[in-house]
This record gives sequence, structure tokens and C-alpha cells, in this order.
Amino acid sequence: MSNIVGIEYNRVTNTTSTDFPGFQKDESAAWDVEDFKKSFDVKITSLDEREANFDLMRIDTSIANAFRRIMISEVPSVAAEYVYFFNNTSVIQDEVLAHRIGLTPLKVDPDMLSWIDPSLPEAEKFTDENTIVLSLNVKCTRNPDAPKNCTDPKILYHNAHIYARDLKFEPQGKQTNTFAKNPVVPADPDILLAKLRPGQEISLRAHCVLGVGSDHAKFSPVSTASYRLMPHINITQPITGESAKKLVGMFSPGVIDIDGNGAAYVKDARHDTVSREVLRHEEFEDKIKLGRVRDHFIFNVESTGAMTPEEIFFKSVRILKNKAEYLKNCPISQ
Amino acid sequence: MSTAGVMRPQATVEKDSSFEPLLKPIYKGKKLTDEINTAEDKWNLLPAFLKVKGLVKQHLDSFNYFVDTDLKKIIKANELILSDVDPEFYLKYVDIRVGYKSSSSSKDYIVPPHECRLRDMTYSAPVYVDIEYTRGRNIIMHRDVEIGRMPIMLRSNKCILNGASEAQMAKINECPLDPGGYFIVNGTEKVILVQEQLSKNRIIVEADEKKAIVQASVTSSTHERKSKTYVITKNEKIYLKHNSIAEEVPIVLVLKACGVVSDLEIMQLVCGNDSSYQDIFAINFEEVAKMKIYTQQQALEYIGSKVKTIRRQKLTTLQEGIEAIATTVIAHLTVEALDFREKALYIAVMTRRVVMAIQNPKMVDDRDYVGNKRLELAGQLMSLLFEDLFKKFNNDFKANIDKVLKKPNRAMEYDALLSINVHSNNITSGLNRAISTGNWSLKRFKMERAGVTHVLSRLSYISALGMMTRISSQFEKSRKVSGPRALQPSQFGMLCTSDTPEGEACGLVKNLALMTHITTDDEEEPIKKLCYLLGVEDISVVDSDSLHLNYCVYLNGTIVGVIRFATKFVSHFRSLRRSGKISDFISIYTNLHQKAVHIATDGGRVCRPLIIVTGGESRVKSEHLQQLLNGGLQFDDFLKLGLVEYLDVNEENDSFIALYEKNIEPRTTHLEIEPFTVLGAVAGLIPYPHHNQSPRNTYQCAMGKQAIGAIAYNQFKRIDTLLYLMIYPQQPMVKTKTIELIDYDKIPAGQNATVAVMSYSGYDIEDALVLNKSSIDRGFGRCETRRKLTTVLKRYPNHTQDMVGGMRVDENGDPIWQHRALGPDGLGEVGMKVESGQIYVNKSVPTNASDSVLTQTQAQYRETPVVYRAPEPSHIDQVMMSVSENDQALIKVLLRQNRRPELGDKFSSRHGQKGVCGIIVNHEDLPFNDQGIVPDIIMNPHGFPSRMTVGKMMELLSGKAGVLNGTLEYGTCFGGSKLEDMTDILIKNGFNYSGKDMLYSGITGECLQAYIFFGPIYYQKLKHMVLDKMHARARGPRAVLTRQPTEGRSRDGGLRLGEMERDCVIAYGASQLLLERLMISSDAFEVDVCNNCGLMGYSGWCTTCKSAEHIVKMTIPYAAKLLFQELLSMNIAPRLKLEDVFEQ
Repeated sequence: MSNIVGIEYNRVTNTTSTDFPGFQKDESAAWDVEDFKKSFDVKITSLDEREANFDLMRIDTSIANAFRRIMISEVPSVAAEYVYFFNNTSVIQDEVLAHRIGLTPLKVDPDMLSWIDPSLPEAEKFTDENTIVLSLNVKCTRNPDAPKNCTDPKILYHNAHIYARDLKFEPQGKQTNTFAKNPVVPADPDILLAKLRPGQEISLRAHCVLGVGSDHAKFSPVSTASYRLMPHINITQPITGESAKKLVGMFSPGVIDIDGNGAAYVKDARHDTVSREVLRHEEFEDKIKLGRVRDHFIFNVESTGAMTPEEIFFKSVRILKNKAEYLKNCPISQ
Repeated sequence: MSTAGVMRPQATVEKDSSFEPLLKPIYKGKKLTDEINTAEDKWNLLPAFLKVKGLVKQHLDSFNYFVDTDLKKIIKANELILSDVDPEFYLKYVDIRVGYKSSSSSKDYIVPPHECRLRDMTYSAPVYVDIEYTRGRNIIMHRDVEIGRMPIMLRSNKCILNGASEAQMAKINECPLDPGGYFIVNGTEKVILVQEQLSKNRIIVEADEKKAIVQASVTSSTHERKSKTYVITKNEKIYLKHNSIAEEVPIVLVLKACGVVSDLEIMQLVCGNDSSYQDIFAINFEEVAKMKIYTQQQALEYIGSKVKTIRRQKLTTLQEGIEAIATTVIAHLTVEALDFREKALYIAVMTRRVVMAIQNPKMVDDRDYVGNKRLELAGQLMSLLFEDLFKKFNNDFKANIDKVLKKPNRAMEYDALLSINVHSNNITSGLNRAISTGNWSLKRFKMERAGVTHVLSRLSYISALGMMTRISSQFEKSRKVSGPRALQPSQFGMLCTSDTPEGEACGLVKNLALMTHITTDDEEEPIKKLCYLLGVEDISVVDSDSLHLNYCVYLNGTIVGVIRFATKFVSHFRSLRRSGKISDFISIYTNLHQKAVHIATDGGRVCRPLIIVTGGESRVKSEHLQQLLNGGLQFDDFLKLGLVEYLDVNEENDSFIALYEKNIEPRTTHLEIEPFTVLGAVAGLIPYPHHNQSPRNTYQCAMGKQAIGAIAYNQFKRIDTLLYLMIYPQQPMVKTKTIELIDYDKIPAGQNATVAVMSYSGYDIEDALVLNKSSIDRGFGRCETRRKLTTVLKRYPNHTQDMVGGMRVDENGDPIWQHRALGPDGLGEVGMKVESGQIYVNKSVPTNASDSVLTQTQAQYRETPVVYRAPEPSHIDQVMMSVSENDQALIKVLLRQNRRPELGDKFSSRHGQKGVCGIIVNHEDLPFNDQGIVPDIIMNPHGFPSRMTVGKMMELLSGKAGVLNGTLEYGTCFGGSKLEDMTDILIKNGFNYSGKDMLYSGITGECLQAYIFFGPIYYQKLKHMVLDKMHARARGPRAVLTRQPTEGRSRDGGLRLGEMERDCVIAYGASQLLLERLMISSDAFEVDVCNNCGLMGYSGWCTTCKSAEHIVKMTIPYAAKLLFQELLSMNIAPRLKLEDVFEQ
């Protein structure tokens, strides 16, 4: 069977892989490490602090999907979990502000913290090993230097807008040393947390702990981690002239080009969004076939800022490995 | 004349900046410099209209008319108070004002509305009168005497919010977007709903074909009385029927009593020279001839003998007859100098209508026709009430004066002013009580009407707005007639076609459309004079012979004259109205069937503005719209320039209205301003409603009012009994023009959810929704409830009073658990969490409150704390302490709860598609597209085929295109963004034109085999939440009488195993289950039964047999024991015969 997922006008065909033992009588299709080592390939397209785009080729869907799932929900990260209010005279309610602080991504290496033992009593739960303390102490005052007739609250008042950058890290115990080089700061300092008016103030402390995305979305280290399959375009009959020009417009720019003979050819299928526009037009019927390569995953990982995307991916690999190991050592598997 | 509007100072235009964006040509990004296309841009008249009138203009106009004009009329009608004792004495009301004194030009200070809401006060202004009265020999003028306080309608011209800028409104904690139009009485917001009634003083002809009855009826309504007069057929003869006349009177006799003695003249008045009418009517002469009644005197005496009267002094039958004809029959026509001519003509016209209906059964009127209805508004109802109270006030006042003046030797000269203040509370409390209870009881009309006012629903902005446009019908809800409930074609443009509740009030409760206006009363007299000037012959000089040869002219249902050239007259009249010489709201139309021209000046008619078309061309030209857009012209100027006019339903039916400019023909008289104004404010929220099945739009109208969202700009300042607020509301991606006009985009109730239309997990059947857990984590559908609790600290006559104590502490000095939320003052601390069982107002009541002051001992206090009882804890949001109007300390505590969506919470889109959350799924398990986008909501596709809500699909497409394009798209009714444009945007952005995307399963990672319809849809969270409904009970309270478990969640009640469930258990044969459910777990009771007498004893003793020998203990339901005892009390002895189950 081919490894091309068929993109038809109103359905998707051939979505599941069949290369597993026992599917075909004359082919063993057993998984082999050596074969996998030979065929598996990674290609990195782009990589920066926040976003990574890379290809995993010739890998089974289940594994690729497992990476995606783990990155979203099981790679631990740090977020504010307990917010203690001392004073809040702003219009925003305590719960809402706490929720917003919780969702603020923090630049903390999760490896620096250990897990909280939920069985401990409240007083002993938080130590300098598992908790990071942030505080927010702001008060809005009038700006005496504001020009007359000014209506912009940001100029009229000091601290009218409270941003994520106003969260101050309070190192506890040995954290003064351990976090000396990279103190805890919000990954995006410009997230608006609250708006104040003169006389209003907020004073709070947030305890940030380790957690996973399946518990709450704020612990997810990625904004999104997902993949798409490599588009595959097959021109079965030559398309030339006007229809070739028309065909170019039906794909994302740069996907289809016209060669010297005026015939359309697939230049770079990777950039296609697979909008299936070409399937709407009768003139291209049977002349072009759309598909996607089933075992070619174009991953896109967007980090929230705590870790680099490659770190997140590696962690997902490690977690999957641990899971496999655990399963291997499980009494059931023996 | 035309320059008056153009020259208007710019300051007024700039003043309310909130409307500024509305007047900007927002639609399709058109700039001021762009070319104006009248066909497309004439809709800008609508925001201009709403700018001038606002959304609740009907209420405001009506109230303004009442306080400015009607009050003066009432004063005029009841101006004199005379004394029965002293003929010299008189008191005369000269003038009346609300809210300001004659001496000062500025308004009096009135407590701002929001303070009234918070302090449970009434938002009212003083009513001042100027009086003139005699003191001894002197005539004294006295100005500004306060006779009471009048509740003020918010935003009316007596309200302090009238003309206030947004900044001023903010200063007094008022929301600038609040429509007003309601009252604040004792801290609650009360709306007087618009009441729909059959028009007064108009002839309605009806036929009952089965009984072969034709009747013409008229309800006469004057300030003093209401009565109904019928002209009815009986055995093919025509009679007059009236409640105060014992039996039906032959119509010929009545006409003779009215002074039309000659049979020929009667025939001429009724039938003219139409022979078919004459044939029908001729029979009526016979009966009267047989009675030998030929003269007016005979006729009057006959009528006088039939009159039912309760009169103190007896009158002769002739006098009775004259009295009846002059005052009771057709009471709204006043008779001067015993000239019954006018009344005779009126009765003749009624008779003629009956004859016409006999001859042609189609000549009957339709009661449900909107043109035959009048809408009664707050102002009219207040005016009825005020006049009643004012009359009572004057009567009491007069009685008081009489009492003083009766005393023979007074030491001082009596000053009437002193006793006027004594009664001042009557008017104030009367008005307050009526508005706060909704019971309108008027002595004059013996009218008792309940449920006139309603508490303004503040569930959402839309629900408040919807309430202001609501019209309630006087029809009985239980009657099973479809006529009044059906959609009338004449409702077009006047009443919303979609917004009506389901169930018993369906079709009886209606809503106003967006551009409707309701008229107020106009002066009749000048119009009458105008008619004569325009060539109408006065009816009093027209001879009976030629009456029906020409067109009759009716003014408010009363015939005033005849005209030969009706068309010319009507067009002259209209051009006078268009030029502003007479009021815009006076309507005129020709009824060709009746050969009549009707002019209406009365209040309560629904009307709407339309563009005038002359010579096949719209009078509104692009230069006018240009001026409208840059503020040079306002809506009123369009009226003054004669470009636009108001048409009421009757006149609308006499016009030829083109829907669009392209439809204009030579015959066209008017052009619609904007077709989407057939819908009201609430239905206007629906995107693409013209693509939906119509009941779906109706469902959405009901549900939009339950949506949680923002309520007003001052929502956090409000302390309402219960308030639901959404934490992160969003304006919809797919808007409508109505949404912008009613500011729903500023106070929205819902969020744009990314929806995948697919089946997932099986937890989505029967309209259940699948929710994304991460979306919820990030704030989707989060809401807040705010609940108020009021405590009053009472003062008692013996100088004791309730007090708020501090908190109790344990041995460590920490507050005890119950008092943990309290502060040192004994009130809950703001921000504290209160759990079930904790106290948040530690109130104590004196135990000796009933003791007298003299025997008073040291005050003892008993704790009566306010305890929080709810399954989930709350936070204290606000604590307010104030003093109410009667000087009692008032404590209001606002408790807040933050809620995230959970299983069973109800959501709905804007297309009447509601559903509960069936499952909450983790992010990683949900399907995702190429971009990694995961849906917030998965909706089951089975929701579409049977509902046929195509508008929802179009909303998704437009929303998706808008998201990709960075624009807000429009789904306006009969317009909106075109589907082709939307699909083009999708294609341009690399998406499929159909809105269907290829998705990957989040669980397997493989592609889904079908393309999934995927995009944003605006979803509303409805107020029905599981947290408020969840209930279970193991053990709990029982009812006192029956000892059975209580009923209902609020009383921690049990879940009833009802009759049908019992039937199942019996059929199944589970007798032990039956016993356990119905007795053991319910009201098992052990009784001592005496096996000798079969009656019940107690403590092992039979009181009947005086023995303990045969006592047997057994368990029966307590209800059975109760039944036996009740039977005993009725002298029936139910005896129990006990036998062994197993024979020995």
C-alpha cells in the first residue's frame, strides 16, 4: 500500500498505516531498529527561542502523535498556583487576577524545582526547592506632571496599567544563589494583568510550582505543538497554457511553477496549505491528484517562553522513553 | 424653515460622543469623502433616528407628555375646590410642575438614581402646584406648594440623566448605555410594560356567521367614565344595546329619540339612496310604528323607562331618557344644549356599518388588525393613576376644609394652606404603591388591573432592553383562540416578527420593531378647523339627504363633515403635515369601501418613518445623506424638510411602499428606510436570520435574554439580588447593524468559540457539546455570580435597636471558625471567603424589644446571625452600610462566586441551538488542523438537518473569513457580508472554500476521513448552571403535617417516587421496594391498634375499649394515620381488622 493519504473532493482516504505484522501474508513488516535507524530522518527548517519547525520522516503516526501529546500535556513547567492577596482595591476580582497571574508564562527552568508533595500539611508544603515566590505590590497615583487636557490614563496616572513585568521575584533560601544568574521573570513582560486608578492598590504574593499541562493549561510549556503531513501533489496529465497559469493560483504561492514548455510542475509541495481549491474545478479533473505523505510529519512547536522548543521536544522524547521503560518493567509485560 | 435644522449649533451634535461612531459610515469602510449611494446609504437614517429617539423613546415620550402636558390638563379639569359650607370659599389650582420651582430656574436636587438603587429609595421629584384661594375676604396666591412626590422615569426630561454627558453619568455611577424608561421604586427597577388594547372611541364591526349576528360596537372612554355601546342585529332587525339600558332598543326608536323623527330622514341617514341597503333596513320601521312611537318625546320616554339607574332623587322617565341619550350612550360625544344631532349621526353611521356588513359580509373589521389597536404606555397609565389620586386628594382636602369651616366661631381666619400639607403623603405613597406592586386600581372606572409593572430583568443587557420594548396584550392567556396570537401582516415594520415567547403567552406578548414610534395625544380642535379650511363641510349643516353622496370625514372616529373631492383633500392635508404645519404624527387615510376619510390624532398608535417618494423618485438624495453623515442634518430635519414622514398602520395601508429603491414605480408613494427594521432589538442580534427557519429565531429571542455577559458599565457598582456576569465577554465576530445600534458590541454576552462540527466521543448526542479543557482553563465561558443579602437593623419603640456584634475568639485569640470571615465590626470583611455555615453579618436582636420604656431592664441580646448556606463557598465582594428612607440602618452584603464551565452547563449559539456541556476533553485528545488549531467546542452535526439553521453555517463562514482577514463581518438581516466574498477570502488564505478543513485526530494522530466544518461561532453561556441545580438527599427535613420528606431543592427535599414510577414498581412486583420507598424511607409511623375496636390507641392503651388487652403495634404511613384521624373527625370510624399473615 502506498503511504500517501488521498485528498479527494469530499473525503480523505488511506489514512491509516498498514505496515504492521500480520496485515499482509507475504510481508512480515515487523519493526526493526536497524531499518528504522537507516530510514528515519530529521530535518530542521527553522529554530529559534520561541518556535521550531522540523520534519520527522519515516516514523509511525503513533510515535509522532505521542510526542505532540506529551509536549502539550506532560512536559512539566512552572506557573503560579497559589496567590495570596494582602490587598486588592482594584476593580478586578481576586479570583480573576489570580487566574491571569497563573496564566502568565514564567521564564523558569523546570529542572531547578522539585515536585510538591501534596500529602504534606500546608505549612510544610512549600520550600525553597519546590516553590518560587513572586510578588506584586503596586499602587496607582496621579501624575502631577501630566499635561493638561490629557485623557490617556497611562500618562495621567502612575501605574495605571499593571503588566506581567511588575511581578517581582522574591528568592527564598538558597534560591538567591541558584537563581542568581537567571532570576525568574515573566516570559512576556507586556502581558496586561490589571488596570488601576488613583488610590487603588494591589498587594499579593504568588507561589509558583511545577505542574503538567494535563492538570491545567497554564502548565503546558507550549502555546501549541502540532504537526501536519507533508503535502503531495501529483500532476498525472500535463497541464499547459492558460490552465497551467490558473493552476498556479490554486495553490499557495511557490508550490506550482510553469516550466519552459508552459507546462505546470510541482516546485515545492511543502508550502501548500492543501486548500483543495483545484478539486473544485472540472477542467483539472483526473489531471491532478492531491495527497499527503503519511509518515512525513512537519512539526511546529511554539514555546510559551520558559524553555526553548527543542528542549521541550527532547523532554517529550525522554518522557516517552521513561514510559516505555516503565511499561517494559511492568510485571504485566513479562 | 429648512435652514432651521441646518443652522443648529454644532455643540449639541458633539455633546454626546457615544453616538459619534454610529454616525460614521462604518458599513463597508466607507469614508466621508466617498461617493454616497442613496440605495445603500439610506440606512444611515436609522442611527440618526435612534440618536434622536433612543431605543425606549416610546416610554420617554409618553412620560414626558404626561408630566408636561397631561398633568396640566388634569389640573385644569379638577381645578376648583369649593366648600359646601362656605359659598365664599374657593381654591383653584393654577399651575403644576414636576421637579422644579417656579421661583428658581434650575431643577431641584434629586437623589441620583444609582444612590436610590443602593439605598432602597424611590427616584422621585416633588410635584409643585400654584394655588389661588380665599382666606376670609382676601384672595391669596401661593406658589410652589408641594403636593407629593412623583416617581421619575429614568432619562425622561425630568430626570437628572437627561442630556448628561458620559462623564457626568460616570460621576453618578450611571451607565451611559442604559436605555432608561423605567422607574426606581424602593430600590427596585420597575418597568411599566406597554399594554395593547383595542382602540377607544372607534366603531368596530364584527359578524358571527353561525348565529347570524352583526354588531357594531364602540368603547367610549372619557376622563370620567368608560362604557360600551352596541348596535346589534337580532332577528334581522337592528337594535341599540347598552349596559345601562335594560333591553335592546330598536334603532329607529333611538334615532327618533335623538331628534331624527322623520322615517325618511332616518332612511337617508342610514342608507343614503342605496336601494339594497334600504331593503335591508326597511324592516326596522315596522316595530316602532307598531309601538306607536312617533315623536322624540315618546321615544325618550320609552328609553327612560328602560334605563337602569341608581339615583338618589327620582327623575321623570323623560328626564331619564334625555340623560341616557345625552350622557351614557356613546359617552365620548358631548352634548351641548340638548342638540343630539351629532349623536344621531354617530348612531346612524354605526347602523349603516351594520347594514353594510349584512349586505356584504366582508365589510367587517378585524380586531387583530394593528391599526385597530392602541398601545397604552407608562405616561397614560400614570396619568390615570395620578388623576384618581388627585381627585381623592381633593376630596379629602375638601372634607377637611368643610370640617373646619363648619365650626361657627373660629378664632382665626382659616388658612386652607395649612390643611393641604396633611394629605401630601397620599399621592406619593399611592404612586409608589401602584408602581411597586403593579396593581392599578382606579376608583373612577372601577378598574383593577394587576401585573402592570414588572421588575426590570437585569440578567443581561439584552434582557433589560427586551423588556423595554415588550408589549403585553390584554387577552386572556388561557383562551384557545388563535386570532390574537397569529402574526398579522399589518405588524410589518411595527412589531418584531420573531420576538415572542413560547408557550401560553405566545403571540400575546410582542415586541416593538427597531424603528417604531408610539404617538401621544394631539389636540383635535385645530385639526377640525383645518379640515373646514380645506373644504370640508361641517356636519351640522349638511342635510341628511346628501350625507352619503360624498366622502365623510372622520376625526378620531367621529364624523365631522363631508368632502366631495377626497383625494384632493387628503393630498392637501398630507402636504400640510409634510411642511410641518401640523404634527408629524397625525395620520390621514381614505377608506374607499366606506367612502370615508379618517384622520387620527389620538395617542397610542404605532407608526414608523418612511422616505417619501414623489414622481417615482426618492425625496432623500445623496446630498441629504452627505449632510447627515457630516452632522449638518439630523433626523428631525429630514422630517421638517418633508423627506421623511411617519405613517401609522392605517395610513401605511393606504400607501404604496417600495422595499428598495430599484422597486420604485410611478405609483409608489414611499420607500422603506431599511428592511431589517422589521425585527426588534433582540432579534437583531441574530446573524443571517433570513436564512434560518423562523422558529429558531424565536427561540434565540428567548435565549438571548438568558445569556450571561456584561450588563452595564456600572455593573460592579450595582448591588442586585442576583447578577450573572461573564469574566471575558467578547463582541461577536459576525455582527449586525442592529448590534452596533444597540451597543451590544460594547456590552456583549458571549464569546467567539472555535467550533468543529463533528461527532466526538458519544458524549455529544442530543445537542450536548464537547468542551476543550484548555479553553476553559484559559477563561472560556467563565462567569461570576453576585448575590445580595440585605439586613435591616431595626429600631424598636422602647429605644432598643438591633446591633451588629464583633467576633468571638477561641483560646488562642483566633476567631472561631464560624466567625472567620468577620471583621472586628461584626461584618464580613471584603475579599474573605465564606463557606457553608459561616457567618457574615453577626447581628443581635434585643430580647426585650416589646417591653415598654418604663419597665425597661438592661438590654438583653439574642444572636441572629446571617449564616451562609450553599454547597460552594463565596467571596465577599462588597459590604454596604447605609440609611434607608425611613431612617433604618441598611446593610447589604454582596457575595461573589467565580465559576468555570462544568458538565451540564448550558450554552447556545445565536440560532436557537442550545446544548449542555456533555464532556470536557483534554487539549491533546482533540482534533487539530494544519495550523495546530484545536476547537473550543465540538458540536454534533445532527443539530443541523432538522433545525435548518443555515444562518449558523453562514455565521461560521463569515466568522472564519473575518478571522483570516482581520475584519468583523456583518450578518445583518436581508443583507450582510455575501457568502461569495467570504469564500473568496477563505481561498485567498489557503483554506477550502467550503469552510471544511482536514483535521487530525488528537487521539490516534491520523487524518480524519471526513473534512470538518471548522470555524468561529458566537456562543452564549446561559444562566442555567449545574451548580444552581444540583441536588441530592439521603436524610433531611420532613414536612410538619405529613411527616413526609419536604419538596424542592431549596428545602433540601427528597426526590419523589411518583404515581407512574409506583405503577412500574407494582407491575414489576417489587413489593419490598415499594414498601421501602413509599413507607419506610418516607413517613413510617408506629401506631398502637386495638384489635378489638379497630381504632388507634396510644402508649399501649386503647382509649375506646379502656383496655390494653388487644393492642397490637404496627407500622403504617403517617399519612394513613392522618387520614384515619381526619375521617374520625368527620364521624366516620375507619376500623382496622388485623389478621395473621401466616395462619397458625
